[in-house]
Amino acid sequence: MLMGENLRIGVWVCECGGNIGDVVDVPSVAKSLRGEVAYVREELYLCSSPSVENIKDMVDKRNLDRVILACCTPNMHWETFKEGLEEAGLNPALLEIVNIREQCSWVHKDDHEGATRKALDLIRGAISRVKESVSLESKSMDVVREVLVIGGGVAGITTSLRMAESGLKVHLVEKNASIGGHMIQFPKVFPTMDCSQCILTPKMAQVSRNRNIDLITYAEVAEVTGVPGDFKVKVRLKRRGVNVEDCISCGACARVCPVEVPDEFNEGLSTRKAVYMPFPQAVPSVYTIDFDACTKCLKCSAICPRKCIDPFDQGSELELNVGAIVMATGFELYDIGSLANYGYGKYPNVVTSLEMERILDVNGPTGSMVVVPATGREAKSVTFVLCAGSRDTEVGKVYCSRVCCLYALKQTQLLRDRGIDVWIHYIDIRAPGRRYEEFYRTTQEKGAMFVKGKVTEIVPHGEQVLIRGEDMMIDRMVEYPVDLVVLCPPIVTSEETLKLAEMLKVPVDEDQFILERHPKLDPMATKRDGIFAAGVVVGPKDIQSTTAEAEGAAMKAVNFLSGDRVIEPNKAYLSNPELCDACGDCVEACPESAITVESGKALINEIMCTGCGACIPACPHNALDQQGLTDAQLIAQIKGTLEASESEIKILAFTERQVAYTAIDLAGLARLSYPSSIRIIPLPSLARLKLDHLLTAFAHGADGIMFLEAPEHEGPYGKAHILSEERANDYKWELEDHDVDSVRIWFSRVYVPDWRKLERVFNTFHNMIEDEGPLEDEVREELKEKLG
Amino acid sequence: MSPGKSGQYLTFGPENASFKAKIEELSGENIDLCMQCGGCSSGCPLTEEMEFLPSTVIRYVQLGMEEALDSNTPWVCITCFNCEVRCPRGIDVANVMEALRQVALRAKYDRFSLDELTSEELMELPQIAIISNQRKLTG
Repeated sequence: MLMGENLRIGVWVCECGGNIGDVVDVPSVAKSLRGEVAYVREELYLCSSPSVENIKDMVDKRNLDRVILACCTPNMHWETFKEGLEEAGLNPALLEIVNIREQCSWVHKDDHEGATRKALDLIRGAISRVKESVSLESKSMDVVREVLVIGGGVAGITTSLRMAESGLKVHLVEKNASIGGHMIQFPKVFPTMDCSQCILTPKMAQVSRNRNIDLITYAEVAEVTGVPGDFKVKVRLKRRGVNVEDCISCGACARVCPVEVPDEFNEGLSTRKAVYMPFPQAVPSVYTIDFDACTKCLKCSAICPRKCIDPFDQGSELELNVGAIVMATGFELYDIGSLANYGYGKYPNVVTSLEMERILDVNGPTGSMVVVPATGREAKSVTFVLCAGSRDTEVGKVYCSRVCCLYALKQTQLLRDRGIDVWIHYIDIRAPGRRYEEFYRTTQEKGAMFVKGKVTEIVPHGEQVLIRGEDMMIDRMVEYPVDLVVLCPPIVTSEETLKLAEMLKVPVDEDQFILERHPKLDPMATKRDGIFAAGVVVGPKDIQSTTAEAEGAAMKAVNFLSGDRVIEPNKAYLSNPELCDACGDCVEACPESAITVESGKALINEIMCTGCGACIPACPHNALDQQGLTDAQLIAQIKGTLEASESEIKILAFTERQVAYTAIDLAGLARLSYPSSIRIIPLPSLARLKLDHLLTAFAHGADGIMFLEAPEHEGPYGKAHILSEERANDYKWELEDHDVDSVRIWFSRVYVPDWRKLERVFNTFHNMIEDEGPLEDEVREELKEKLG
Repeated sequence: MSPGKSGQYLTFGPENASFKAKIEELSGENIDLCMQCGGCSSGCPLTEEMEFLPSTVIRYVQLGMEEALDSNTPWVCITCFNCEVRCPRGIDVANVMEALRQVALRAKYDRFSLDELTSEELMELPQIAIISNQRKLTG
């Protein structure tokens, strides 16, 4: 391929009607460029079809191998031009678009001379850059069209069924002996008051029947390696002692088993045998030996008519190869024992809401009799303590657990139907869902006593307990005896889920729920490609929202695996392998954990790399570079933009290319006005900038440099947008060592809605630099020497 | 722990339930439906003259507390029905006030004693005013 000065570059400068031409002297720009490049042309409307055809023609006729289009923002017509040039056989990496409308003519309408100079500078920057550009091809990678779903609650069941329906092979891994999750423990669900077993068991049966679903119960994910699209998963099958294929769930084993232990399904309110089926509708319908409790008396294996019991089962391991993973591991309740004033675990009359669910179940430990479980004494009055640890920054959890108000209302209705007196102590009744306010009203109609004010303590009182709280409506303290107290604790993520998240390299948020890719716009995707999440693992929610998310996550996974994965040519790569000493600094800097050190060298995973560029400046040996945004390209663009410039003050504004760049375009659209000294160079994230880039800019004519970065959490590259600010601060002080005053560096975060402020930002910085004066020539010369 | 303004803990007993039931029966309103939004009080034109706000009276009734009868509120109420119009849960608060007045009257509770009046006053005041003031003290 031709390089450097032998290239045949074509430049088109658009007038955009008068949008550009009324301000920028397009003929003079074109004239200045003639002789510098092979072909220059002015156009009235470059985006019109005849113009695009003309570009294609000229590429062909004049044998052009690089194209520069000086026109409006690339956000407008990039796709049109790219497709046109691809048809003409030009690789998109060899096309540069120079924004001389939104970021030039529209914002310098009273400074024709300055705007013309700036347009010329920007085009020269692009010319220098394009000389360093090379053709780049995107790659595609096969994906494994199988999915792993972790967790067999209502979220895992729904998402598995949906994905299986669309033809994906689904491996559903559940840690317990049966799928069903927490939902199968509930006697009724709000607000429909459906029997949850009636609506969930058919779905559980579908899971066991579906040929596309490989149900793996009583198992854990032990290890996940590989990349999105091609994960290798090790699943550990726990010791079960029963052959799942042969067991006919006759129950002979459990009848002879002499060991009784607390029954988890009933929240420990009853007992089960060491060989057990968690509940009658369990899927798979098989027995399981609890080896922690089993005494190895072997009575079960002696009596089993199918001879399917293996008391010496050691468990086993299974390897899966999947393209995507859906996390649906659900929740557990916060350990309410830490709230001493409520006496859970101390007074038998105090139970958790999950225990109450089991008490209210006709097949529950009390046969649906409302009694104090430990004493068997009938309960004629029940008190609910809402926010027993939720909305508490001191001892519990800061967030609202979202479902407690509603399930307390549900349980209240069930209790009121039995004629039991109910009090509900609340801070706020939060019922913001479809049919939920109506459900609240119905509960009130049934005559429950709502008391606004948190319960402060529960103290013993004979066979009852005394509730102490306040009725805030009438400013009075409340104290009364009650038979049974139901605490509504926060919903939290289990330790197991946190370990799993760590294994999957999926970050969690400050409340320890899985962090969404975007909390509003991409709530079922995690921060890692190919790993999705649904249900309470992403945050407390009801069954309605959980199933909606499960359907959504299925769609995400199906989409993700629907075609080959395209790997864009924008990745970081080890350009000088011999310089890499495996120090690991790049591994540290990468926001995506895409870099590992393998056999003494940094290895960048092309699939995981998002192209933010944060690793490149981290390398102390300059061993890394980026496709399509090489150091050579960037330095050429910096030099080209500055060197031939006739501007008095020259300011380079490095700009994050999605959020901040869009805001600057909007400032143009609104015809705000700022000095023509500002020249914008877009970058994926400003963490891509090295100190050398800044030194080069100052050496070759810059008087000031701006970092216009995306907001910390709204940018597309996560941690890279935070790292850039740390680096900018470091660079400021390092520049002082090179006699460049740190006032010549400006860092701002640009929010799209704040585009109006850009006018002031640009003016302020321009004035600061004007006061400071151009950088001294001696300093520039010294810098050039240092840079070599 | 301080028991609050009235100097006593609020407790719930069978007598609370019967008082509430009585008011519900007399007024025909389902008091349980009140969610203490305060709409009745904010729409009431006479709250300045009331010892308790209408919504507070409703809360007392909800809790089954006979203290609902202790304030002048039911007597100040002029039955303008603004509260009924404003209530988002369809409770006719004026009906509840009427029920409270009835309960008070049926208890044969006199708001003042004739002994408190001087003989001049007794001579001056119309009989009907004295009788009605005994039973319905709106002043």
